[in-house]
Amino acid sequence: MEFLQSIFVTPFVEIVDSPYFFFEVFFGGLMAGVMYSLVALGFVLIFKASGVFNFSQGVMVLFAALNFVGLLEHGVPIWLAFLITMAIMTALAFAVERLVLRHLVNQEPIILFMATIGLAFFLEGFGETLWGSEIKPLEVGIPNDVWFMGDAMIQQADVFAAVVAGAMVTVLALFFHYTRVGRALRAVADDHQAALSIGIPLNHIWIIVWAVAGVVALVAGILWGSKLGVQFSLSVIALKALPVLILGGFTSIPGAIIGGLIIGAGEKVAEVYWGSVFGGAIEEWFAYIVALVFLFFRPQGLFGDKIIERV
Amino acid sequence: MTVTDQQSRIGEQILHAENITLGFGGVKALNDISFDIRKGEIRSIIGPNGAGKSSMLNVINGFYQPQEGTIHFKGVPYRPMRPYLAASNGIARTFQNIALFRGMSTLDNIMTGRVLKMKASLIEQAFYVLRGKKEELEHREHVEKVIDFLEIQAIRRTPVGRLPYGLQKRVELGRALAAEPDLLLLDEPMAGMNLEEKEDMSRFIVDVNEQFGTTIALIEHDMSVVMDLSDRVVVLDYGRKLADGTPDEVRGDQAVIDAYLGVTHE
Amino acid sequence: MIYREAGVFKTSYDADMALLPIPMDKYFVIAVTLFAVIVVPFISNEYWLGSILVPVLILSIAAIGLNILTGYAGQVSLGTGAFMAAGAYMGYKFVTAFPDVNIIFGILAGGVSSAMIGIVFGAPSLRIKGFYLAVTTLAAQFFLIWLFQKQPWFVNYSISGVPTAPPREIFGILVTGAEASATARYVFVVCFTIALAWIARNLVRGRVGRTWMAIRDMDIAAELIGIRPLQTKLSAFAISSFYCGVAGALWAFCYINTVEPSAFDINRSFQILFMVIVGGLGSILGSFLGAAFIFTLPIFLNNFFGVLGLDVSTATIRHIEFMVFGGLIVFFLIVEPHGLARLWALAKEKLRMWPFPY
Repeated sequence: MEFLQSIFVTPFVEIVDSPYFFFEVFFGGLMAGVMYSLVALGFVLIFKASGVFNFSQGVMVLFAALNFVGLLEHGVPIWLAFLITMAIMTALAFAVERLVLRHLVNQEPIILFMATIGLAFFLEGFGETLWGSEIKPLEVGIPNDVWFMGDAMIQQADVFAAVVAGAMVTVLALFFHYTRVGRALRAVADDHQAALSIGIPLNHIWIIVWAVAGVVALVAGILWGSKLGVQFSLSVIALKALPVLILGGFTSIPGAIIGGLIIGAGEKVAEVYWGSVFGGAIEEWFAYIVALVFLFFRPQGLFGDKIIERV
Repeated sequence: MTVTDQQSRIGEQILHAENITLGFGGVKALNDISFDIRKGEIRSIIGPNGAGKSSMLNVINGFYQPQEGTIHFKGVPYRPMRPYLAASNGIARTFQNIALFRGMSTLDNIMTGRVLKMKASLIEQAFYVLRGKKEELEHREHVEKVIDFLEIQAIRRTPVGRLPYGLQKRVELGRALAAEPDLLLLDEPMAGMNLEEKEDMSRFIVDVNEQFGTTIALIEHDMSVVMDLSDRVVVLDYGRKLADGTPDEVRGDQAVIDAYLGVTHE
Repeated sequence: MIYREAGVFKTSYDADMALLPIPMDKYFVIAVTLFAVIVVPFISNEYWLGSILVPVLILSIAAIGLNILTGYAGQVSLGTGAFMAAGAYMGYKFVTAFPDVNIIFGILAGGVSSAMIGIVFGAPSLRIKGFYLAVTTLAAQFFLIWLFQKQPWFVNYSISGVPTAPPREIFGILVTGAEASATARYVFVVCFTIALAWIARNLVRGRVGRTWMAIRDMDIAAELIGIRPLQTKLSAFAISSFYCGVAGALWAFCYINTVEPSAFDINRSFQILFMVIVGGLGSILGSFLGAAFIFTLPIFLNNFFGVLGLDVSTATIRHIEFMVFGGLIVFFLIVEPHGLARLWALAKEKLRMWPFPY
């Protein structure tokens, strides 16, 4: 009885009692969700254009951040470090196409998926061999003061991150709608065969889309790194982009964003208000279990395409 | 084959489809189709591409649920039918685009056709004792007969993914035959074959029908092959039934000549 | 002409369908088995038995389990570690609740509990496929580990949270816990391994194995010939998890001698997956080869740098290990998806011809 009360009554009483605190928790969660969204976004880009379920997207975030922070530590100015890391991520895209994807073109999706797990391990090992694995603080001039809304405390860094993320999504949207390359990418996403038959070379598409996903990973890595420091655990946290995708649908960019926000806010609120009832740290699995339950009811996600099977 | 021969071979109605209508969104793939299949006959469904032939097969097979109409199989009406239920009721099929299990050998592929007849518990299988062993041996024996019949002994152990197209089609027929079906559905069994392979396949189809008495419903768009094989033919066009009867009747039907023969062939 | 199959004529399907139809293979496997059970304990030292062979054999069992699910039934899992943990914790609960029951049943109880949990987390696999499963099995991974860590019931309210494996005897010889000799633990584990490998072989070549492979190769066609997708997938999940559960219980009772969550974290899941990929998807033999290879590679790497006289920090070696593993996975998937097992088969092919290759 007491247990039921602690699940169904007490948390809601607390929320009503101090709405500002709830708002703070909720808002903080949303901002963490922005990070999930960014990882999921890079993932959706690759999945749409090449049908590859890129498990290494999270590690790409870590890898980009490691390179960026490593360059900064060697006294490279921020803007140059950013450009060099972009170049590295583009080079990575070339390498992945040349060394991995090209050789697995007609393989089962599951084989490609497992290959990206291998890629994830390789990148993680490679990045840390180059730059070391200790936690590195990242300071790029993101404001770290707080604002107050009533009694609720809001991190300026969070707002900044949300603005940057929003700006990047806008740029990507413009890129897809108004550039030739962007239109080609959309064509490929709609229909691989048709795109091939009008002469869009698939290899180029792969390179472009992996490079774009690499840049998205870099931005995510910088934002995330300046909040938590650049460290190994980034790639584990980034795994939460996977349940985000289940919620949002594997092929939907708005889905990735909204899914990320839902998961981010949901797990924070759940942890703060319900965590202690279950012994704490339910954040670790909350997103996955939500995704699992979600799969029973709507396997294609909130915004994904309905799956129709043919014989 | 004489007329009396044919009549003694063909028996009762085995499947009866009434007023089948199937739509996808706004498109009607099948519109008010009725026909029957009799025991022991070779029944063909023909029509140009997009006529609804495959949809019809998929309805019989339980893969699609028609919005309207009923089907009786062996006198029992279909409830919402699932493919595995169709299979356990005695309907087996092959596919237009080969649907073999590519990673498995010819033998194992055909053995999967016997799956429904094997009842050994997991424990018996795990220790390869009692029914676990007995069934493997019995069914292997039956499968070997199918392999002999289709003349594919030499490729018994080859993974089917490595076989040429014509042989894959034959293995697929073998898998369907291994189930000893009451009704065998063949989806364009001769699509993409050269003349020689087509002749082989025709021979197998006729032999299956005569030796095992299996009722066969097949889809084809190549008229010439079908007319020689079939006892009766249904002609579909744009989801509607144009004609139904013996090959000779169908050949003479004006609507068929206009819609099908006139346009695509002669 | 060391190895040959020519001149072997089978006169019955029984003979043709025997586990090892070629006499050479049969004698070889029997010899290896006898060697492993009887000779190895006498010629190996404590270190080899307790620190290499025991863990490799246990991981082989887990790899067979994952191979059944991924290699044979085509369902990816990133939750192997969690299913092992389920075996370890539930095995521990069983053994402490029924201290007089033979330890073999304790280990099996761990496997059965894990199988049931596997069915729960495999249930969504009916509606989803391929990499969606990666996410649901990750759910198992994070949720179960959290559960065992945070809920004191699972460790009998032990204060440290990390109970030691209780010592148990068979025929009066200690086989579990820190006090048991390496030899006893080895013999106990090797017997389990042989029995489970034999059962796995029987399963994958029989009816249930064919239904798994049919679902893997083309699920729609499988359904159309009468294979029920849900039953088939769930049986794969259950049996796979059973193997993982037994492996987890053995890991806790016969290798690390404690029941702790960190032994079964997500890195364990990846480790087993790598064993399956490198060893060969869809091969029981490959599961052994993969387990031995992936387990010993880090040991080899450590010594390698030492031999070269390079002073490389352990952290760096660990990073290089990651690179090597990642690279190997990609390499094997591209060049030889059937893994080491296929290389073994090719070697046998060569041997059959030797010394006259034409």
